[in-house]
Amino acid sequence: MHMKNILIKSFVLISVFIMPLSLVNPDGAYAFSRQVIQKGAVGEDVIELQARLQYLGFYNGQIDGVFGWSTYWALRNFQYEFGLPIDGLAGTTTKNKLAKASKYNEYFVKTNLNKGRKFTHYGGVDQSKQEAPSKKAPANNTQTNNAAPKATPKAATKAAPKKGAATPKAAPKKPTAANTPNGFSQNDIRLMANAVHGESRGEPYIGQVAVASVILNRVNSANFPNTVSGVIFEPGAFTAVADGQIWLTPNESSKKAVIDAINGWDPTGEALYYFNPATATSGWIWGRPQIKRIGKHIFCK
Amino acid sequence: MIRGILIGVLAVGVAGTAYWGYQEHQEKNAILLNAENNYQRAFHDLSYQMDLLHDKIGTTLAMNSRHSLSPSLTEVWRITSEAHSDVGQLPLTLLPFNKTEEFLANIGNFSYRTAVRDLDKEPLSDKEYENLKVLYKQSGDIQNELRNVQHMVLKNNLRWMDVELALASGKEQTDNTIIDGFKTVEKTVTGFDETNQGPTTVNFQKKDENYKKIQGKTISRKEAVTIAKKYMNFDGNAKVKVTENGKGSDYGFYSVSMKNPDSGQEASMDITKKAGHPIWFINNRDIKKQILSLNDATNKAQNFLKETGFKDLELFESTQYDNIGVFNFVTSINGIRIYPESVKVKVALDNGDIMGESAEDYLKSFQTRKIDKPAISLQQARSKVNPKLKVMEDRQAVILNDLNEEVTCYEFLGTIGNDTYRIFINAKDGKEEKVEKLKNAEAIYEDVL
Repeated sequence: MHMKNILIKSFVLISVFIMPLSLVNPDGAYAFSRQVIQKGAVGEDVIELQARLQYLGFYNGQIDGVFGWSTYWALRNFQYEFGLPIDGLAGTTTKNKLAKASKYNEYFVKTNLNKGRKFTHYGGVDQSKQEAPSKKAPANNTQTNNAAPKATPKAATKAAPKKGAATPKAAPKKPTAANTPNGFSQNDIRLMANAVHGESRGEPYIGQVAVASVILNRVNSANFPNTVSGVIFEPGAFTAVADGQIWLTPNESSKKAVIDAINGWDPTGEALYYFNPATATSGWIWGRPQIKRIGKHIFCK
Repeated sequence: MIRGILIGVLAVGVAGTAYWGYQEHQEKNAILLNAENNYQRAFHDLSYQMDLLHDKIGTTLAMNSRHSLSPSLTEVWRITSEAHSDVGQLPLTLLPFNKTEEFLANIGNFSYRTAVRDLDKEPLSDKEYENLKVLYKQSGDIQNELRNVQHMVLKNNLRWMDVELALASGKEQTDNTIIDGFKTVEKTVTGFDETNQGPTTVNFQKKDENYKKIQGKTISRKEAVTIAKKYMNFDGNAKVKVTENGKGSDYGFYSVSMKNPDSGQEASMDITKKAGHPIWFINNRDIKKQILSLNDATNKAQNFLKETGFKDLELFESTQYDNIGVFNFVTSINGIRIYPESVKVKVALDNGDIMGESAEDYLKSFQTRKIDKPAISLQQARSKVNPKLKVMEDRQAVILNDLNEEVTCYEFLGTIGNDTYRIFINAKDGKEEKVEKLKNAEAIYEDVL
């Protein structure tokens, strides 16, 4: 009963704090949607989750809207400290508890995200001090994962003086980071998408995944260079590289195809070569053991 | 008068064209020369690296102590990797020149494995010494052939651009020295029997298990279609096409592709002929705005796997790419994760449709296995982990180690600073089998003003 009173009080207190903001954000403090937030998720709920966890001092990374490992451990530590079952999932109970324990200045967070600034959202620190690029921010905070749920303002005090006033509009913001498969950067994916697009424009989607798979199979094979760029730019390996079509802007589907291939979809049966029987000039390629045909291409060992 | 002007204009025109043509010609030559020089550098460098390699293996043969052996083998490993990269820069992909690259990869592998080993405790065995001798001889042969080609190239001023043009036009001149020379090199390497490179040589490529471990009777085309329809939500209107695998495949499979002309939805699937297991399928359509959470999608994926007969699977990784959730499941028996048995599932976050599944790894490694009881305790294993690692989770797991063998390990998941690591300690002897740094989300590089 007593506990409940405190909760209600703190709720009222938070509401008072939030009130001025709700003029800008009519939705108010409880912006979490009803979804259960799980590791790997991306989106506004994750931004809010990270901001709230940072407010309490659990999360020391960048607020970027991607539920990665740091967010996962922060959430588990929060669940541990607040006596919740530790499952690393932000379900209803966890979200309610988190919302009650922390504040979320959505306007502040989103403005800064929109401007592409580095910023922090620790509780108990003047926000104007947190919004400029703070080079050293995460450095001395690294071991505080398990620390008490009190803010660690050290990071923020290092911040440089504030920048110009924010524009009075907080547009909904997409995450500023992205999930990429282990071992590949977004630029690797883009390079592969370029090659896939140049090689297999107009092929069915599965044919694009297949071309991406051949590139990856070559990287893994002892017979070819060991990097994505080495395989793609091996002289004579791909016609699209030779005739410059690789520099066309790739479409969305070739990017998706590359991600599928990296994630383990290999429609080719581990092929290392493919050719278009209508245009193939080398007789040698016909001698390779053929595995299957996808679209216009024949894939072989 | 007019005629005179006309002649004048034409003359200027002709002179201008000639000048322009000459400029173009000069530029083309400059670029050709540039490309030619790149090829020449790669080729001469390759031949130099092969010289070095041969010498270095030779010196290694005479060494005895770990003190000098390890650095020397590391050097061999470095040289092979440089030579490998040189080969990759030569315009030879249309020639069957893979054996040489494979040979280099094999030497690299062998020298790396022996170099990193504690040679005081476990010195080179007689077999490995023999192996090294064979490698010495083989690298000598290749060196010889390459020097021969190099000599011809230098003496006759041969140009690589000609090789490339010859390859591109498909009309290989019969007297093209470079092509012929490299064909000889290739033949020399092909002559090296793989068996005489010894058991320590492990191919980089994942071993092809040919789905040996699946049992069951062979299915027909018709059955393949029935199975495919079960997996992919298609109504009667879909156009179905079934093809059998080509002769070059290691295993028998049917490829089933379906297309719905009304909705534009298309899907493809490969099914093993033996027992009719789906190897993979991809269902492709436009995905609308996200409605489901990643968590809802996980449940969808789990149900799907249960319905399609997978048992004892546990979610290992979940990742959201735009409007698609990708989930990686692994077998878990009594809390022991079997990492080689993994199934990936793709779920659309607009309505929860299963967009794809890949069970290739699962089918290749699935078996009823006996998991060894660990010889060391969790505490003992933990003491082998870097003390700076803050351990957050631990469990037992079976993984494939560097030698492609299944080993039972203790798995520790923990953090150092802001980075998360996954560390595997062999449950039998406490060896640190694998340390992985897990990926953090990557910032999107936008053009910020």
